[in-house]
Amino acid sequence: MSAEIGQWCLILAVLFAIAQGIFPLLGAARGIPLWMSVGRAAGRAQFLFLAIAFGCLIDGFIANDFSILYVASHSNSELPLYYRVAATWGAHEGSMLLWALILSVWTVAVTLFCRSLTLPFQARVLGVMGLISTGILLFILLTSNPFDRLVPMPPDGNDLNPLLQDFGMTIHPPMLYMGYVGLSVAFSFAIAALLGGTLDSAWARWSRPWTLVAWIFLTFGIVLGSWWAYYELGWGGWWFWDPVENASFMPWLVATALLHSLAATEKRGAFKAWTVLLAIFAFSLSLLGTFLVRSGVLTSVHAFASDPARGLFILVFLALVVGSSLLLYALRAPSIRDSAHYALISRENLLLMNNILLVTAAASILLGTLYPLVLDALQWGKISVGPPYFSNVFAPLMAPVILLAGIAPLFAWREASLAKVWGKIRWLAPAALTLGIITTALFWELKDIKVLAGLSMAFWLIGGTLLSLWSRVQLRSSVLEGLQSQSLSSYGMTIAHLGIAVFLVGLVLSDRHSVEKVVRLAPGDTAAIGRYDFIFKGIKTVDGPNFKAQEGLFEVRSEDQLITELKPQKRSYRVQRNTMTEAAIDPGVTRDLYVALGEPLDAGAWSVRLYYKPFIRWIWFGGLFMMMGGLLALLDRRYRRHKMDPILTA
Amino acid sequence: MRFLIPLGVFLVMVIFLAIGLSLDPRNLPSPLIGKPTPTFQLPKVEEPSQALTPESFRGRVILLNVWASWCVSCRQEHPVLLELAQRQEVPIFGLNYKDQLTAARDWLSKFGNPYEASGFDQDGRVGIDLGVYGVPETFVIDKKGLIRMKHTGPVTPQALEKDILPLVERLKQEP
Amino acid sequence: MKTLILLLTLTLTGSSALFATEIRSFADPDKAARYDRLIGELRCLVCQNQSLADSDADLAQDLRNEVYEMIAAGQSDAEAIRFLTDRYGDFVLYRPPIKPTTFLLWGGPLLILLFGGFMAWRYARQRKPQPLSPLSEADQDTLERLKKTSG
Repeated sequence: MSAEIGQWCLILAVLFAIAQGIFPLLGAARGIPLWMSVGRAAGRAQFLFLAIAFGCLIDGFIANDFSILYVASHSNSELPLYYRVAATWGAHEGSMLLWALILSVWTVAVTLFCRSLTLPFQARVLGVMGLISTGILLFILLTSNPFDRLVPMPPDGNDLNPLLQDFGMTIHPPMLYMGYVGLSVAFSFAIAALLGGTLDSAWARWSRPWTLVAWIFLTFGIVLGSWWAYYELGWGGWWFWDPVENASFMPWLVATALLHSLAATEKRGAFKAWTVLLAIFAFSLSLLGTFLVRSGVLTSVHAFASDPARGLFILVFLALVVGSSLLLYALRAPSIRDSAHYALISRENLLLMNNILLVTAAASILLGTLYPLVLDALQWGKISVGPPYFSNVFAPLMAPVILLAGIAPLFAWREASLAKVWGKIRWLAPAALTLGIITTALFWELKDIKVLAGLSMAFWLIGGTLLSLWSRVQLRSSVLEGLQSQSLSSYGMTIAHLGIAVFLVGLVLSDRHSVEKVVRLAPGDTAAIGRYDFIFKGIKTVDGPNFKAQEGLFEVRSEDQLITELKPQKRSYRVQRNTMTEAAIDPGVTRDLYVALGEPLDAGAWSVRLYYKPFIRWIWFGGLFMMMGGLLALLDRRYRRHKMDPILTA
Repeated sequence: MRFLIPLGVFLVMVIFLAIGLSLDPRNLPSPLIGKPTPTFQLPKVEEPSQALTPESFRGRVILLNVWASWCVSCRQEHPVLLELAQRQEVPIFGLNYKDQLTAARDWLSKFGNPYEASGFDQDGRVGIDLGVYGVPETFVIDKKGLIRMKHTGPVTPQALEKDILPLVERLKQEP
Repeated sequence: MKTLILLLTLTLTGSSALFATEIRSFADPDKAARYDRLIGELRCLVCQNQSLADSDADLAQDLRNEVYEMIAAGQSDAEAIRFLTDRYGDFVLYRPPIKPTTFLLWGGPLLILLFGGFMAWRYARQRKPQPLSPLSEADQDTLERLKKTSG
């Protein structure tokens, strides 16, 4: 019964989405207030029915209703309850429904927090979001309906892919979707502004917090995904430049550029047309990512079961949405006048450089991801583009970004005095290099150029960021007053930039100084990495809710002191009958110890993979810092004013 | 006019993506097309004391089919191969890939043997030389011993009628 | 759907979360490093989303053996790579070779950067600040006051 209710609610949701899309936009074009106000009601109704539909789907999983094809394909009566709920978004149909639901959540948020926008502008924003919702919901109804029945009903289900039976999996997709889909708000604001014909700093001021929230979720989602891959996949890696990973990273890069550009547009009226274009790019990349993951056009370990028919629908949708936005941009952007004037040496130009580097990085990743397809389409052969390409292209682009991030906040708007800035930073480079040399020589080897470079750049970034904070603090009568008077926004930037440095340290050290050993261990044997001894104690069999496992016991000692016990498992899932390795990790701030079981060999011995990974957690700490920086900026008092300036003309 | 650049680049990308929908990213074309069959010498599954080499089929247009008793898709294509062997249009040779000799012989006696002879490639080295990455695969080899086509996956009647047999006919005309 | 079944049966193994666990020994640590690097940069043709180092497909094992034997026998990295590309094409390389068909790939990022930089420079040149008119006395006092109280 719940599937039928879900189905009906889905249909109602589409109808409301269509209303939400068409009436407000026509109303704004023709000046009909009644039509314009349909947007709010329709948006909220759409959310209501989608929420019920999603609830019905979750109910299908909880109740083990295997007469629903989607439930039968991805669940099992032995699957623990929390995974049954998470399985709702574990495959194509359900995750698309989640996408649509989250879009409607953002829609409701817009109806709640944008009340002081002029009616036409609000109507246009909601109208654009309504059109997007319509497309997604039609896609679900026509090609990917999670409520399809399976007759005759099987006695039990296919079980959820064991790779997805994990805590990280339960929150990674919703967080990512909140980010991807959230970029639609900035996109809608941009389109609304283009349609209305005016772009002023009020528009930028409104767009910023919405973009920031989406960016925060996207950052969190990517960090989670990377961390999950690390401990779940058993390979010790945390980023593979897989097409689907790239599909989430490109919007993140463009959204980061967008955040910085919005700052300049808001404060100085600069880069208006460029900021609008970035907002279009960011969401376009989200849509492109959705296409890449679900169309079968690229192979990826993340790809959902692909279907060219579905791919065609999404491609047409993508072409319509992005094509018409870019066309609108081409028509309206030439008449956008920037009110800013600034010298060659100014913070505006440094932000512009930041933008160019970030967008070039995103474009390069897009190039690498799509290149095999392009060559294949031209029948010029089949190649692969993998990590060696991406890391060689990405790192040189990011290095200048990091160097700039260290000192850009010290540059004044409009016209900065190079002499003044130099006065403040002339000791920064030598100090950073010295600290880099000291730390590299003390703990590792000086001839490790990459480590030296990475650490020096991190010190540069930390030094510059703290320096710019200090120079603002110093303007006050006392240090305490100075610290208290800094806006949360400024602290947010400080913490986010420090997060980059933290990430860089983790990246460089874990990349260059990880140790990996594949050894044969019989019970009683010891393997050593550095000062750690891994003593293999033996294997025992363990029963899980829907699997059976061989569990190894390892004692990790250092100088005979017991550090920890690690219990890696090799699991056999009963239903899908595949085998999975669960690595055992001893996490630490300065290092991770990682053990994974390989194969049983002769005489009770096993092949075992051991890792020592220094500072690897700093990679994710860095990401979390960036996220916290964003949150702090969001709490800034300027956003707490209940009435923000309405957009005056629309 | 520079404002049209993003739209232009986007449209180009969409065209490529559309073409991409009709392609299979997993399918790997063979770099050995037009090159001679790599030399090998393998015992015959049917008669292990005898050897199968490329010389065994030099001078004829043949199909070389990579199969194994553990391969499920091979069962799928087997009837098609048997029928083709009966029609005697083109000789079919087999490459028994990473199999056990008894299992392979049992499989052939149970399901029928369309092959003039099958080479027993136990460790898969010959398979690697041929660029085999998934079983079954079928090669079309001409009279001079050059590989002219590779078909990945089970041989279907459609693939036979549309691609393989027309090519075989053309190759038969060659000296 | 048929293609999906086909692909599933073509793969030689079902699971995707295991990895290479052969224990290799090299006489020479340099060779060991080269072996590790090579199998990390070669693509598994069966799973296609894992390198040879990470995949436990049968074919991956066989190819790792080939690479091991070649390196141990003293062949160069280029020779080992040639062996594989002769049989499987460039697809097997995660590091795309630099050929005419990949010039745009390897050179693309630089081209994009130069293009972006050029457009930005053109734009920035138009935005030179006009000289500001001097402040009146009253405004100057307001400015001083504001500087003292805010950040």
